[in-house]
Amino acid sequence: MATECTLLTNRDNDRLCLTFLGSWTIHTPLCSTPDIRPLCSPDVKTLCFNTDNLKQWDSRLLIELSRIIDLAISQSIAVDDQGLPPGVRNLLKLTRQTRDQQSTAKKTPRFALLTDIGNQTLRFFKQSHEMLAFTGEILLAYSRLFLGRARFLKKDLFYFLYDCGPQSLPIVTLISFLVGVILAFVGAVQLKMFGADIYIADLVGLGMTREMGAMMAAIILAGRTGAAFAAQLGTMQVNEEIDALRTMGINPMDFLVIPRMTSLVLMMPLLALWADFIGILGGFFIGCLTLDISATLYYEQTVKAITLNHFSVGLIKAVVFGYLVAFCGCLKGMQCGRSASSVGNATTSAVVTAIVFIVIADASFTFLFNIIGV
Amino acid sequence: MTSALPLIDVQDLTMAYGDFILQQELTFSIAKGSIFAIMGESGCGKSTLLKYMIGLKRPTVGAIHYSGTNFWKSSSQDQIHLLQKTGILYQSGALWSSMTIAENVALPLQQFTDLSTKIISELVDLKLALVGLEGFADYFPAEISGGMRKRAGLARAMALDPDILFFDEPSAGLDPISSKSLDDLILELRDSLGATIIMVTHELPSIFALADDSVFLDPETRTMLTTGNPKTLAKESDISKVRQFLSRNTQSPKGLPQ
Repeated sequence: MATECTLLTNRDNDRLCLTFLGSWTIHTPLCSTPDIRPLCSPDVKTLCFNTDNLKQWDSRLLIELSRIIDLAISQSIAVDDQGLPPGVRNLLKLTRQTRDQQSTAKKTPRFALLTDIGNQTLRFFKQSHEMLAFTGEILLAYSRLFLGRARFLKKDLFYFLYDCGPQSLPIVTLISFLVGVILAFVGAVQLKMFGADIYIADLVGLGMTREMGAMMAAIILAGRTGAAFAAQLGTMQVNEEIDALRTMGINPMDFLVIPRMTSLVLMMPLLALWADFIGILGGFFIGCLTLDISATLYYEQTVKAITLNHFSVGLIKAVVFGYLVAFCGCLKGMQCGRSASSVGNATTSAVVTAIVFIVIADASFTFLFNIIGV
Repeated sequence: MTSALPLIDVQDLTMAYGDFILQQELTFSIAKGSIFAIMGESGCGKSTLLKYMIGLKRPTVGAIHYSGTNFWKSSSQDQIHLLQKTGILYQSGALWSSMTIAENVALPLQQFTDLSTKIISELVDLKLALVGLEGFADYFPAEISGGMRKRAGLARAMALDPDILFFDEPSAGLDPISSKSLDDLILELRDSLGATIIMVTHELPSIFALADDSVFLDPETRTMLTTGNPKTLAKESDISKVRQFLSRNTQSPKGLPQ
């Protein structure tokens, strides 16, 4: 860049004069500034400025001057600012004024490792407490619902039923069909080795109804609907819409959480059932096409393998998973902070927590059903 | 820098959302170093006019020239250069919520200058001191009050020492004292830095205290009614609507206290 900025010093008896040359702007990165600290010897009484040849200036000059004046004050040298442009004088005065007023403002502490670990532990306990409290609130909300005192819009309920159910069908169909195909392929390779090809129907049927149908539907809905719930409620929290409901005497738990949770809990078993069916269909295709099992044989084997028990296991799981997805989505949304990034955090956390809970619940169920022999 | 050429020249501008025409035939110019107010009733398109002036929306009819250059007909390099010379204070601050106040102010400096980190942090401290927010550098926008957020927004708008500053409702939501001190700050900045200030407002005290020039938009006729110094308009305008708008203050109606 052609323009430059230079600072010249000139000592005249007990006066130290600083001359600013060139253009002192934020677009001239490097300015040649001599260190004036050694020049501020005790016999210097006043500091004066010369800006007659200053071409341009902005905040760049102000910070330089601020630094010089701070130094001068600390060395108890009088500052004569007459040589500065009037605008510079005004702005300097303004910054010094506010600096004195605001000197008491506190600073947020920076994090250290141990503090961080401590904070995370405390947060874990706080979150567990909040989850319990939220469970209690849900219970209270549903008891109000059954007493007929909960206020929410029927329109909302129907919208969420539609959104959780029919709207999720395409993606649930695609994923569960492929899961059925994968199960069949993985099983086929092993079963073919000892000629038990036909048991592929059992494997896919049991796998889908007991485990994968409910699990896949739940994971899809955690990503799709649970995340949406967290983002919706979080944004409402940011816009103070939830406060507005509360001050109107409408309980946000009733108005916002009940329709969402109800529709997810109702729709999840239906979706799981659909996923079971489509998954079995996927296995059927693979069985018939690559293993040369006849269609009727595959059908009969499947019907023989799956009893009502297996379906019930899947459906019970689905109801619980539906609750968990809605719980995490609504909880994280309602707890959301007041900024754009906290909506993002709420959404991420809703999905992650829901998936973790789904897997933990699934493992516990499998263990439990194994013990009681269902 | 020729004084003959107005800094911003709006020529026969039509503002529209789709087929809905909000305002048409807007023609006015803004002189360098002036404080210009965009006035009018709520919903008349003041904030939209601002969006056109800061290059967020492209005019369908008409043009806006900045010192003779048409923003939409210049190269993208020139557009960025022009945008760097303007600073905007949004209505609610529009601070980036994932960054601290200091990082918000530092971002334009880091992106568009070659200054060292030390100098940038000194500049940030200076800007925050100017708006009276020193000591709040490490706070996040969500942790400070609305008025402080507005001042932090102003510090960010001034980060690159712009020639033109746009304010969208600078004093909306502020108490009279904060609003007055913001007005004083705006005046001080204009006088010290020589910046041109364009503000959208319907706060009469601010309009009278600050504005040298103004444009008055009307939602019914969907065009501008008049331009000029608000103080003169309040007394001498032959349009009753303008006088009515501007005299609300002096008549001191029974409603809310001013």
